[in-house]
Amino acid sequence: MSANNKLRILVPIKRVIDHQLAPRISSSTSLKIPSYSINPFDDIALEESLRINEKNKGLVEEIKAISVGSIKCKDLLYKALAKGCHQAKLIETPVTSTILQPLSIAKILKKEVEKNNYNLVILGKQAIDDDNNNTGQMLAGLLNWPQICNASKVEIVDPVNGEIQVSREVDSGEEILKSKWPVVITADLRLNTPRYATLPKIMKAKKKKIEQEKLLETDDLNNDQSLKVLSYKEPPKRQPGIRVANVDELLSKLKEVKAI
Amino acid sequence: GSTLAFIEYNAKQNVLTPASRSCLQAAKKLNQPITALLLGSNSDKVAIKDTPNIVSKVLYNTDLKFDHQSPEYISPLICDILNKQNFTHFVIAANSVGKNILPRVAALLDLQPISDIVDIESDKQFVRPIYAGNILATVQSEQPKKLISIRTSAFPIDEEETQAKVDNAVSIPTQEYQFEIPSDIKSTQYVGSSTVQNEDGRPDLNSAKVIVSGGRGLKTKENFEKLIVPLADAFKKVPKYNGVAAAIGATRAVVDAGFVDNSLQIGQTGKVVAPDLYIACGISGAIQHLAGMKNSKVIVAINKEEDQPIEEIADFTLIGDVNDVLPELTEKLG
Repeated sequence: MSANNKLRILVPIKRVIDHQLAPRISSSTSLKIPSYSINPFDDIALEESLRINEKNKGLVEEIKAISVGSIKCKDLLYKALAKGCHQAKLIETPVTSTILQPLSIAKILKKEVEKNNYNLVILGKQAIDDDNNNTGQMLAGLLNWPQICNASKVEIVDPVNGEIQVSREVDSGEEILKSKWPVVITADLRLNTPRYATLPKIMKAKKKKIEQEKLLETDDLNNDQSLKVLSYKEPPKRQPGIRVANVDELLSKLKEVKAI
Repeated sequence: GSTLAFIEYNAKQNVLTPASRSCLQAAKKLNQPITALLLGSNSDKVAIKDTPNIVSKVLYNTDLKFDHQSPEYISPLICDILNKQNFTHFVIAANSVGKNILPRVAALLDLQPISDIVDIESDKQFVRPIYAGNILATVQSEQPKKLISIRTSAFPIDEEETQAKVDNAVSIPTQEYQFEIPSDIKSTQYVGSSTVQNEDGRPDLNSAKVIVSGGRGLKTKENFEKLIVPLADAFKKVPKYNGVAAAIGATRAVVDAGFVDNSLQIGQTGKVVAPDLYIACGISGAIQHLAGMKNSKVIVAINKEEDQPIEEIADFTLIGDVNDVLPELTEKLG
């Protein structure tokens, strides 16, 4: 295996609402988030990077987890280290800044990729807060790399020539693509089941160093005011329904509302 | 302003996909001329044969490289058109093709896309669901071009408007868009795909008027097939549905248990649907499932257990055993 084909993997992870909980609207322009955790799809991406390392001895040179956000993202990064990531980095956003849009995140990640020569970026297909499903594709576009979204299976097929095969979920079923790295892959639900970080491992990880960088207000975050949230609202509530006693009553009700 | 709409077609029948027709339906709400863009080896034929009435112009390009909807090839082409022809809006369906392409196009243009919208309030103001549809955000874009993906279930098709007229070939200008794919593009290589076969004309989930969906209450794969499939087929006999069967859907639990293929999953991580009639069988109603179907017009829940979350959003709930209720319903529909 030639040294230049070793994998250097970057795994961007986002701190989001706990997936079992729903946010509340506290005013028309702000939301209350009850509790936070790692974006579940990013957790799957992280797991996949660890599995690639475990399955392909000597192929992976480095796995770095990176998060862009508040100082509180460090909790996620310690967990990533506890699970087996080699490095972790926090890019701290200014307290006053608005929520960064995917375009800005993709630009920040691009810088990191180029600075440290990563050749594989694996991240969740979307974050479960803003549900954009943008960042991976945007990063691939900025880097002029191939992209494979919604991965359900990832295999290193040719470590010598740096080739990877990925099955991805599409509306009609499944599509299989091959790519040389460098490449961006986004993880879908069925790629794997992430491992847990055990408490002793987290305690140990907390002794490791997390690389920290501050994002300045003056940094190139141009577009974050260009897509403004004007207001939040709850979707209209459905009218309460009724119970029907049997199939006949169901059919007559469905006829009444012209559903059949 | 003017709108460029990315249009997909069914390569076997050379007709527009339902998702693309919904996309045109959304584009119409922007109230400006719509140019349709079709790509791939049959795009010239479709452009001539199946151009819908609400389109004012069609661009196509028959390069084989566009046949698998590779975002690496398609994105620079779209950027080229958007830059040279001064479109103010670009719309694409928020399906697996659109989600793959739109963000890449936006990044190349240094713009933030507006993803998965469910409503258009003005040419710069849009509504998009966030937090699995628990919240609707109204967003405003001041960007020079608005790049938008459309949640197709929120823009039902008007048969008249998105149907081709026989004489459209002469009345709507159709033009090949010349484009040379840059030589430095690194793309993935297409290996193959497996499609879930839709037996005898069963509609796909995104365009179905009726969906019969099964959950954990079905217990086994055999039971799912024995109870859900005949019920879905029975809708062929309902005059309202013109001989078309219902589509079949499933919950995440049932997909994970291997009863049906992944692509039939309805929910936050699967498909988001809004048919006229949704029949939830043996489904308790986990938040992530409700996120995918709660905008259906009429919801029926058939469930053994009382007071499950599905009942809170169902119009009609029948408490009963799916093993008894579904065969009876199947029979009486006929």
